[in-house]
Amino acid sequence: MAAVATCGGDAGSAGSAVATGSKSNVTSFQRRGPRASGTNDSGPRLVSITGTRPSVRNGQLLVSTGLPALDQLLGGGLAVGTVLLIEEDKYNIYSSLLFKYFLAEGIVNGHTLLVASANEDPANILQELPAPLLDDNCKKEFDEDVYNHKTPESNIKMKIAWRYQLLPKMEQIGPVSSSRFGHYYDASKRIPQELIEASKWHGFFLPEKISSTLKVEPCSLTHGYIKLLQFIQNIIYEEGFDGSNPQKKQKNILRIGIQNLGSPLWGDDICCTENGDSSHSLTKFLYVLRGLLRTSLSVCIITMPTHLIQNKAVIAHITNLSDIVVGLESFIGSERETNPLYKDYHGLIHIRQIPRLNNLVCDESDVKDLGFKLKRKLFTIERLHLPPDLSDTVSRSSKQDLAESAKRLGPGCGMMAGGKKHLDF
Amino acid sequence: MFPELNNLLNTTPDRAEQGKLTLLCDAKTDGSFLVHHFLSFYLKANCKVCFVALIQSFSHYNIVGQKLGVNLTMARERGQLVFLEGLKSAVDIFFQAQEKPHPLQFLREANAGNLKPLFEFVREALKPVDSGEAGWTYPVLLVDDLSVLLSLGLGAVAVLDFIHYCRATVCWELKGNVVVLVHDSGDVEDEENDILLNGLSHQSHLILRAEGLATGFCRDVHGQLRILWRRPSQSTSQRDQSLTYQYKIQDRSVSFFAKGMSPAVL
Repeated sequence: MAAVATCGGDAGSAGSAVATGSKSNVTSFQRRGPRASGTNDSGPRLVSITGTRPSVRNGQLLVSTGLPALDQLLGGGLAVGTVLLIEEDKYNIYSSLLFKYFLAEGIVNGHTLLVASANEDPANILQELPAPLLDDNCKKEFDEDVYNHKTPESNIKMKIAWRYQLLPKMEQIGPVSSSRFGHYYDASKRIPQELIEASKWHGFFLPEKISSTLKVEPCSLTHGYIKLLQFIQNIIYEEGFDGSNPQKKQKNILRIGIQNLGSPLWGDDICCTENGDSSHSLTKFLYVLRGLLRTSLSVCIITMPTHLIQNKAVIAHITNLSDIVVGLESFIGSERETNPLYKDYHGLIHIRQIPRLNNLVCDESDVKDLGFKLKRKLFTIERLHLPPDLSDTVSRSSKQDLAESAKRLGPGCGMMAGGKKHLDF
Repeated sequence: MFPELNNLLNTTPDRAEQGKLTLLCDAKTDGSFLVHHFLSFYLKANCKVCFVALIQSFSHYNIVGQKLGVNLTMARERGQLVFLEGLKSAVDIFFQAQEKPHPLQFLREANAGNLKPLFEFVREALKPVDSGEAGWTYPVLLVDDLSVLLSLGLGAVAVLDFIHYCRATVCWELKGNVVVLVHDSGDVEDEENDILLNGLSHQSHLILRAEGLATGFCRDVHGQLRILWRRPSQSTSQRDQSLTYQYKIQDRSVSFFAKGMSPAVL
């Protein structure tokens, strides 16, 4: 019974069979074609597309999100054909920064961009992208930064607290050259104009595309979403990202960025009422979008103001329909801004979902409490650690304060009930 | 299929029960490994399988299936597997007008539709072929997953109707099995999902519930599986039998152990 089933697999009819057969020796770097367009690709003879690399685990094609720290947490990068959903922080400061990092990474790697927004002209968005830090001119500046923050004896073997040496270092330690996978960006400088002009991009600005609001027939999706889907499908088809134009010489990745999806500016009312007319418009949009992505060489980032969505069940649906979900929580304006616990960080980052693609397991990181900090040239994400209690007068009230705030740290995904009552000791 | 899970469920591909509805449900974790298990189990049992895959693409199931020892491409070619790929069909329906009714017709409709076209598709796929070639043992319908249908605008009643029709045809008429996956939203108040889940729980013969651990994330124990055997049609005074195990998902298999007996702890 088992022999009948596996003899077909051993024949290696599909290109993917070869790669999974050699999965055990990971170091062979057996590159595979993008897993979605297997019908058009000719097997494992892979063209190497700039800015992509195969995943160590199963040879899937990955692109960088623009933040090497986030790439590490997502298991090496963003898989081609998937959707990265970012739940915006309250004032949309850091989520728009991640959005821009993603687009800037596309420009540096030469990918085609598709930027869609309802409130900002895509040309303006591209003007505001951060400048990339390429190897030569910034290495010395970066080294100065590092020396200011770290003590020079950080590499000496620890004699007393030797257990801490085994803990993994989460911080990045240097910029990478422009031909490598992830790049660093300087958030205070604008991207050079010639890079934007050399890149290929398409913009979708909703007020321009919707001509009039009169002739809107009742349809299953909001008018704006329909237009956006048609636009995306048009670009994918015309430029051959789904393999439909085989005479294209060089394969490329299409990076799609959609800003503030679900906000009322798109004509959707899930942020306004709990059970509106178009309550399933956004989920249908995500479903069809994911269908488009799975059959083409593209990757998509969506920022969504989920804190405004009235119906919490919709957030669960949206999470199930997306591949990777990352939530940002910034401390600006909240009472945590002045809390001494969080003084080293600008906010918390929650990796809510990581997909299991072509696999039973996924690369979940062990660390669930992650904080981020934006320095000028570096967006670090690291394990949230409480600062040492170094005050002279350690009073009882301050200890209770620390314990109370420590309980608020996220218990991590994959838990059933509130973890508090199980961990009181 | 996972041999350890077969031992726990006391089945093998040779002597599996027929005419049963199995409900897979996951709460706060990912229960898709159960779908892969049942897909490879029924393909190895030489059944005719109709797989309605709404959430992932064909190549995903194919690659995982190869790790578990079944080749979905070959099964599809020789007619053992009828695969409806939801994501690809959604793109087709949305961008091109369809002449004949498509199984996922409800995506184009503005109001909440019904799943009649999908049921017709399933019935057509699983009806016994009279020519008598390549006799499959019994038909199986696998759906991954039903919560997607709810999030795409269908009502819980429409989905329950669909499952009712499928059960009448596949389980009762054709003596086959039906396996469906539903997500449990837990503390999020999702009324439609709760209606669907409760309705299916009362109809099913076997419920496999994958839950995350109550104390949070653990690298060595990925979750807990509750197995519940039920007899929905007979009212017996016997209690339903229930077992709980913890599991860890590895690259090609899943290992099960009693609560607290994880090899990492012992």
